[in-house]
Amino acid sequence: MDAHVAQLQMQYRNYILSLYQQGFLDDQFTELKSLQDDGSPDFVAEVLSLFFDDCVKLVGNMARALDQTGTVDFSQVGANVHQLKGSSSSVGAKRVKGLCINFKELCEAKNYEGCVRCLQQVDIEYKTLKAKLQDMFNLEKQIVQAGGIVPQVDIN
Amino acid sequence: MASDGGVSCLRRSEMMSVGIGGIDSPPLDVDEVHVLAVDDSLVDRIVIERLLRITSCKVTAVDSGWRALEFLGIDNEKASAELDRLKVDLIITDYCMPGMTGYELLKKIKESSSFRQVPVVIMSSENVITRIDRCLEEGAEDFLLKPVKLADVKRLRNYLTRDVQVSNGNKRKLPEDSPPLTLSHDSSDSSPPPSTLSPDSSDSSSPPLSPVEIFSSPLLSPLDDEDDDVLTSSPESTPSPVRRQKMRSPGLD
Repeated sequence: MDAHVAQLQMQYRNYILSLYQQGFLDDQFTELKSLQDDGSPDFVAEVLSLFFDDCVKLVGNMARALDQTGTVDFSQVGANVHQLKGSSSSVGAKRVKGLCINFKELCEAKNYEGCVRCLQQVDIEYKTLKAKLQDMFNLEKQIVQAGGIVPQVDIN
Repeated sequence: MASDGGVSCLRRSEMMSVGIGGIDSPPLDVDEVHVLAVDDSLVDRIVIERLLRITSCKVTAVDSGWRALEFLGIDNEKASAELDRLKVDLIITDYCMPGMTGYELLKKIKESSSFRQVPVVIMSSENVITRIDRCLEEGAEDFLLKPVKLADVKRLRNYLTRDVQVSNGNKRKLPEDSPPLTLSHDSSDSSPPPSTLSPDSSDSSSPPLSPVEIFSSPLLSPLDDEDDDVLTSSPESTPSPVRRQKMRSPGLD
């Protein structure tokens, strides 16, 4: 096998492992990957793309709701957090989901400062994940272009 | 691609559209299971669709209880036994949805003479005992904890195949006779209460509800003590989430 391909594949493996080790992804992401096959080769990318669209929309909603200083509707913020928690859970976005769990409590406590801070963290977190996954997809593309197959990475 | 459609049906070529080729055909192949999936989250709809297709089910995915009822024709006042109805073998619905919860949808389905026999499975991200019990008591076949995995869907598929009754009166609807399903997610045309994220204020006299409670039926909330029974909500730390099952079908071992 081509040494270049082997090197790319090793790089890919290490990268994926690091994403799990650093808590960006959990086993639901593994589950999604297992649903992808030659018939649906872009399934994971498709779902993640929808997830990130969701993030933009929901973060926007939450920012607007929190912007109503003095008359913040925390249940409205909470409803959006609930949605985000759901979709992050469904794609295996572990850190985002974790933040949402905290965020939900902050909404219930009507902790304005806490909510604003948490929203900022959520914003950073989903964007960070998006960049990381983009790098992952780029590596996959490079492997394929170099004539190799994207390896299945065993997390456990 | 199902981008933001209210109904995302059978996108791929390997899926047979409902009704095509099956109008005057002999009883359905037991493998042709048609599932109606209901979830307000697009991400979750795409995932559940994929899970169901992998297990050889045909899928119709809608984004609200109202759309589900519309699809089934339950809210159609002029429905009669003579009308051909869509054949649905399983309904799988999210619990927490704005407008109509999965629980309310479940009730409406069980009240319908045409569809009460169709097994209904509830999905929820929250492992709440009272919620699970309430759904099972209302006739839900099973309760799945989100995020739903292939193993969960395979399990459903297994007991569904044994139950599929090809001559239960739910005949296939002719595609030419039915209006095109072009319901969009953000449409302000059709359904009664629009799907929004704001608390359901249909009952104006109800007390303000906490974020968890807004997704429960507002009529039941005063007596709802489900918050007391919330188990650890983080699936990773829970060894095996409680999945209460009620196998009501005779003939199963």
